[in-house]
Amino acid sequence: MSGAGRDRILAALRATARASAPSRTIARVVPARARGDHAALVTRFVEMADLAGASVARVADAAGAPGAVAGYLARNGLGEDLVLAGEPALSALPWHHAPRLLVHRRPPLPTDRVSVTGAVAGVAETGTVLVRSGAQVANALHVLAEAHIVVLDAGAIVGSYEEAWARLVAGGEVPRAATFITGPSRTADIEKTPQIGVHGPKGLHIVLIHDSEGLHRRGGAAT
Amino acid sequence: MDATSRDFPANAVRALGDATLGRALEKLQREFRRDRAAMLARMPEFEALRDAARDIRAAALDDLPALLERFEDNVTARGGQVHWCADAAEARAAILALCRAAGAQSVVKGKSMISEEIGLNDHLEANGVVPVETDLGEYILQLRRETPSHVVMPAIHLNVTQIGDGFRDAHTDRDPHRALDADAILAEARDHLRDRFVTAQVGITGANMLIAETGSIVLVTNEGNGDLVHTLAPVHIVVASIEKVVPTVADALTLVRVLARSATTQEITSYTSIVTGPKRPGDADGPGAFHVVLLDNGRSRLLGGPFRDILRCIRCGACQSLCPVYGAVGGHAYGWVYAGPVGAVLTPALTGIEEARHLPAASTLCGQCEAVCPVRIPLPALLRRWREEAFARALSTATERRLIRLWAQVAARPLVYRPLLRLAVAALTLAARLAGGGGRFRTLPFAGGWTGARDFPAPQGGTFVERWHAARGRGP
Repeated sequence: MSGAGRDRILAALRATARASAPSRTIARVVPARARGDHAALVTRFVEMADLAGASVARVADAAGAPGAVAGYLARNGLGEDLVLAGEPALSALPWHHAPRLLVHRRPPLPTDRVSVTGAVAGVAETGTVLVRSGAQVANALHVLAEAHIVVLDAGAIVGSYEEAWARLVAGGEVPRAATFITGPSRTADIEKTPQIGVHGPKGLHIVLIHDSEGLHRRGGAAT
Repeated sequence: MDATSRDFPANAVRALGDATLGRALEKLQREFRRDRAAMLARMPEFEALRDAARDIRAAALDDLPALLERFEDNVTARGGQVHWCADAAEARAAILALCRAAGAQSVVKGKSMISEEIGLNDHLEANGVVPVETDLGEYILQLRRETPSHVVMPAIHLNVTQIGDGFRDAHTDRDPHRALDADAILAEARDHLRDRFVTAQVGITGANMLIAETGSIVLVTNEGNGDLVHTLAPVHIVVASIEKVVPTVADALTLVRVLARSATTQEITSYTSIVTGPKRPGDADGPGAFHVVLLDNGRSRLLGGPFRDILRCIRCGACQSLCPVYGAVGGHAYGWVYAGPVGAVLTPALTGIEEARHLPAASTLCGQCEAVCPVRIPLPALLRRWREEAFARALSTATERRLIRLWAQVAARPLVYRPLLRLAVAALTLAARLAGGGGRFRTLPFAGGWTGARDFPAPQGGTFVERWHAARGRGP
């Protein structure tokens, strides 16, 4: 079926093709809010993430990240267990600063309450994080748990989706799954009422590390 | 899916009598207008983004065969496979064969209008494969054995009581007297579907776009269900129609900027995923196989004709959310997968104008659909074009056609038309004054077809031509 079907469909399409299709110049538009100096983009990222229903904790350096994670779990009654993605930068965080946390390094399970991953980039235009799957990061970590915590280096914040994608492909091949995540899982399928946490996380928490050096010295935020 | 578009008049009358539907549609349209205005205020470049989106989609259609070949090459290079299907039957057969090869007893599904178009669920079920919808709206409909009534808000026609009843009837292992408000329904769906995600042998999703340069699909959801579907099942099958392809990731990202803003007035949906092929060697998770079932189903024919522009559509549903006709009768009245203005153009194109001639006629041509379309499809012009086509093919009744010819004769002769119109205006003005109906007629002789479902407005002042001349300081 496929071979013959393919040729038939392509032949039908070619028959309708416009012989002299005018070559179009497409005026690409990147919104003004995706531009600005880095400090302005970081501020906008935090504002837009908040608007999208994510929460952001800003910490001075990598040493503050475990405490911010522990604080989020405590405030939201999420217990003490978390599943950590395998990126070296995450493993290298001083988890002993938050001794009550039980950090698991294993494949995610449907019963997990909390997952912690890194991100390729933060996108200021909509307060979005770009995450990817790979050898060190199971894609399920981004959608399966009740709460998803993203540890993000402020240096990885860019203005636009395009710049975030450029950071991703600069690291090599396009991954199997790359996801722009903006706020928690949501729906309005019941009488158009906004509701949070359908199948994915009910909470998206971003721990923003300002002194990027702390994380870079330990191997870089993106895998 | 079998069409009942030829029953549109009867469907519409039934829908107008449904008070639950009426309340839901009124809320949808009122809130959509309000939220869209707020969205526009936040995004000053929106009109320029619409121009770019239109141009990207138009250029992709100009180059469709080459883009599809490039897409296939890149899917194949990353270990996936493309299956070309000319019609719904071929696509159903291809998907069933893939499910059987995977030994699947159950499949989980993300929301896909193409799977509705090809009637996939019924076919799988009839052949021993249980499909489970995972988008909350689609799951609600599956339990009630209904079809979507809006392209992005599929269960917009239902209220929480109806939805709760569906859950009680289906989930019989739970307390039948449990209270089911919106939060309880959400929790129950999350809990019930969790196991399904994990145990399904195949995950089926649609695609909001296909990207030629990488062989990727773009999946846009708010719930995260699509990502669970393509991540947890051992086999990922994508079903998409051929016009969905765009050249580059940058093109797709521009379309992302208009899609959610037009669909739900969000800046972007919670999850916008670019999925490329199966699990790579060493990857921590992902499906071992990746298949794209590409559906033509009449689109290659459409591309060569006067309705080509409708193929720019990115299925945001904005035209539905604002259309006064959709707002009165809802989506099911249209009798097939696609409702509202886009449906009134697409349904005759894909199921035949003989089946669907009422749909392009059911429009006031107010132009709101074109005014909000993110890819600037000239919907009113396309609707008018279908009306001409239906007339040329003599599909309407002899009386209708005689009246239209008579109208054409009169309307083309100002010396006849203007005095007749002045006479009619004078008579209606007088009648309105005598009846005291507050500027509206509830019934009118010979106009029962109109006043059966709505009031007829009484003339306010003179004719348009009279008022035009008066406004310019000249006598008529």
